[in-house]
Parts: sequence; structure tokens; C-alpha cells
Amino acid sequence: MGSLIYICAGISDPIADSSVTMADRPFIARGFHGRRSTAAADRLPPGQYETRDFPVLSAGPTPRTPLESWDFTIEHADGRSTRWSWDELMALPRDTPTVDIHCVTKWSKFDTAWEGVSIDQLLQLAGGAAADESFVVAFSDGGYTTNLPLADVTNGKAWIAFGYAGQPLPSEHGGPARLLVPHLYFWKSAKWVRGLRLALRDQPGFWEQLGYHNRGDPWREQRYQGDP
Amino acid sequence: MSSTQVNEAPARLEWRVATVTSVRDETPHARTIVLDVPEWRGHRAGQHLDIRLVAEDGYEAQRSYSIASSPESASVELTVERIENAEVSPYLCDVLRAGDGLEIRGPIGGYFVWHATLEGPLLLVAGGSGIVPLMSMLRHRSRTAAGPHTPVRLLYSARSLADIIYKQELDAVAGTPNSDIAFTLTRSAPSDWNGYRRRIDRAMLDEIAWPAADGARAFVCGPTPLVESVASLLVDLGYAPERVKTERFGPTG
Repeated sequence: MGSLIYICAGISDPIADSSVTMADRPFIARGFHGRRSTAAADRLPPGQYETRDFPVLSAGPTPRTPLESWDFTIEHADGRSTRWSWDELMALPRDTPTVDIHCVTKWSKFDTAWEGVSIDQLLQLAGGAAADESFVVAFSDGGYTTNLPLADVTNGKAWIAFGYAGQPLPSEHGGPARLLVPHLYFWKSAKWVRGLRLALRDQPGFWEQLGYHNRGDPWREQRYQGDP
Repeated sequence: MSSTQVNEAPARLEWRVATVTSVRDETPHARTIVLDVPEWRGHRAGQHLDIRLVAEDGYEAQRSYSIASSPESASVELTVERIENAEVSPYLCDVLRAGDGLEIRGPIGGYFVWHATLEGPLLLVAGGSGIVPLMSMLRHRSRTAAGPHTPVRLLYSARSLADIIYKQELDAVAGTPNSDIAFTLTRSAPSDWNGYRRRIDRAMLDEIAWPAADGARAFVCGPTPLVESVASLLVDLGYAPERVKTERFGPTG
């Protein structure tokens, strides 16, 4: 799609100032050499750089819900729901995924080590998704939401994570528990998550209504609305 | 992709080459870059834009920077803090000069934004270069008819007097009605300094922040520890969490 638009623009207006609209040829920044990442090229999505820190990004104050009153809920589109207390969630079999994560603000962090319960397991305990429940909305303390196709959180691709680097997940990183969907930009990995709402239709979440891409695949550089 | 989806797809934020019309040093560590952006559609105070630097061999780096200028300004200004040993900010602060092109796209971000017609007093809390998007709000406030009716209080934490960005302009704002500006210096302060001399704490916010009952809108921007602490303190003081909007400056370079 994108390349077609560029080609048409070039044909219709051959003397257009090529420095104004981006043609297929990139603009070279005079005197910029950059610091080459030592990261293997196949681990760093386009436009990202590797960081060893773990930057914090969120839009408001960090909510703090006591574990005694914390729960996690899967809600079906027909109103059925399954709920776990903190202790019940802790009693479930755990995974320990080590994954690369990618934030839309350009940093990527490699080999992050998490502990959590797979969404596959939770969905199974909740009776499985109905055939027409093709989407989920994750909802969080503080009112944050993010939307995903069901296929992006099933088949070993997503977890409710409560441990990071061998420790309980700190609150500024989304503790006590966050969604972990490492193959998408990290705003999809909702912090302070309290549940998943299964839905028949896609419903844009918080950032998705504020100009960010609906799916957020870092390898396709889907940062903002209108990106490929 | 179906034709329906194509028709509904929002316009892409295209990369475009802005021209640097001038640069100016704000502090020993921060430089403002003034840009002429072709077909700029305007921004809202608090938004940021992305920049992309491509080297001769195709290597590229991208970063996000807050917009410092008022939406009413014809030019777009960024203020960049130089992070030593980083990849991008030293280029922007030391190499880029008037006449150069700079590839950008934006504006981006629809949450950490303020408009002069919003009701309620304004509380701005900045740490270091976190002042940049808040400066856009202050400039917007000064340049619109509705703006000066919004009472504003700014609390700005910097390492030293020399590190305060926009000091003269902020002093000028402090001399206008409905505008209170307080500084705190965390590392060193002149002997005759009559502002605060410590990290922002609850006692300081008790003195500066609007009482929760005033229904203020708070915007907090700076390094993560400052933002975490201030946002939590404001909630403790009774601010509704949805009235406390935060933007954190990670260690991006």
C-alpha cells in the first residue's frame, strides 16, 4: 500500500520537492554515524534500540491494590465469568518465559525473565473461548484497557505475569500482575491487569483510541494509526 | 486487506523532512532546535514527535522528543537534553545546525495534553528536561484568550540554577497574574537562593499544590523516580488519579 502511494505521487508531480515527502530513498542526516548495536540484527525490530535498563512508562499514578482484595476475572461475551483470587492464581502451574520485549517509545530489552500463568491455561479453566469470541480486552486497575485479537494471547503467546527476574513484579512495572504479550509492542502488555473480557467485536483500548496502532506488531513497525 | 478496511484506515503519520532554522543553548546541557516543518498540521500542548536519523550506510535511529513550542507558534521547537555517551542527543545538541534537514513525524500522543479551554486550575510538576512539554502548555496558556484565566502553579526540580531550562521565560510568567512558579534545586544552590533546596516531598507539595477540592489538573513529567513519587503523593493528598497525568523520561539517548 505505502509504496504504491509514493510511486503515484512521484509520477503525478515529478518536480515535487523530494525533500518534503519521503520517497523510497531515505533522507540522510548530515554527520550522523550512530552507535551500532551489538545486538543481532534479527532480534531488534525496525526503529528500536537495545537498552539494559527497564524504563517505566504509564499515563498516571501507579495503582496499589492489596493482594487480599485483588482478583483476576475472565468474562465471556454472554456474561459468564470465572474469577481467581490471588492465592488461587498462585496455586496454578506456572511458566517461566524468557523473552525480548519492545516498547513503542523505541527501546527493546532482551532476555527478560518472567514468571506467570499462561492465558491458555486460564481460558481453559474458564471453559474456553466460544467460537465467535475472537477478541479480548484486557482491563486494569486505574481504568487502563487494551484490545487484542484472541489469537494474539493464545497458543503459548501470552501470560499473566507476577514475577520478574526472580522477584515479585514491582508495582511500577505493573505488579502485582500484568499481561505479558511479548510479540507485540509493550503497551499491549497491560500493567496492573485485573481481567480479560472476551468479545465478539474488536473494541479499541486506551492508547488505541489515542492514535496508537490497533495491533502493534513491532516487526511491522505498527506504532501509530495508519502505519502499515 | 479488504477495501472497507482501506477506506476506514486513518491517514498515516508520514515522515517528513523539517528544516532547522536555528538552534540555541538553554543550559550547558540542553539545546533548543527550531524547526520549519512543511505542511505541519499543528499540535496540542504536551504532545511529542518522533525523529529519525539515517546514516550514509542506511543505519537508522529513532527517538521521541516532546514539543516545547506553543501550538500557536508557526515553528516547532524541541528542547533536547544532552545525555553523555548516548547515540542521538549528542548529535542533536552538538552536530545539528541551522540549515540542516531533520526527519520527523508527529504530533503523537493524545493523553498528556492540555488545552486552555479545560476548566480547573493547572498544576505542573517538572523534573529536569521534563519541563519541556509543560513549557508548551505554559506558552499555550500565555498565547490564548482563555489561557490566563486558568490559574497555574509550577513546581520545577533541577540539579542546579544553571540547569533550569527556560529560566528567564519562567520568571516572566511568574510576574503575570494567576501564575506561581517555584523551583527546587537538588544538588547545588547559590548562597542567596531563596527557593527550595531538596527533592520534591510531601511538605513541598502541601505548600505548592492546589488543594484537592479545587479540582486541579496535574501534569507531572520527569525522571521515573520523581514521577512515581509525585503522582503517588498527589493521590495521597486527595487528587483523583484520572486528574494526575504523567509522562516519564526514561534513559533514552
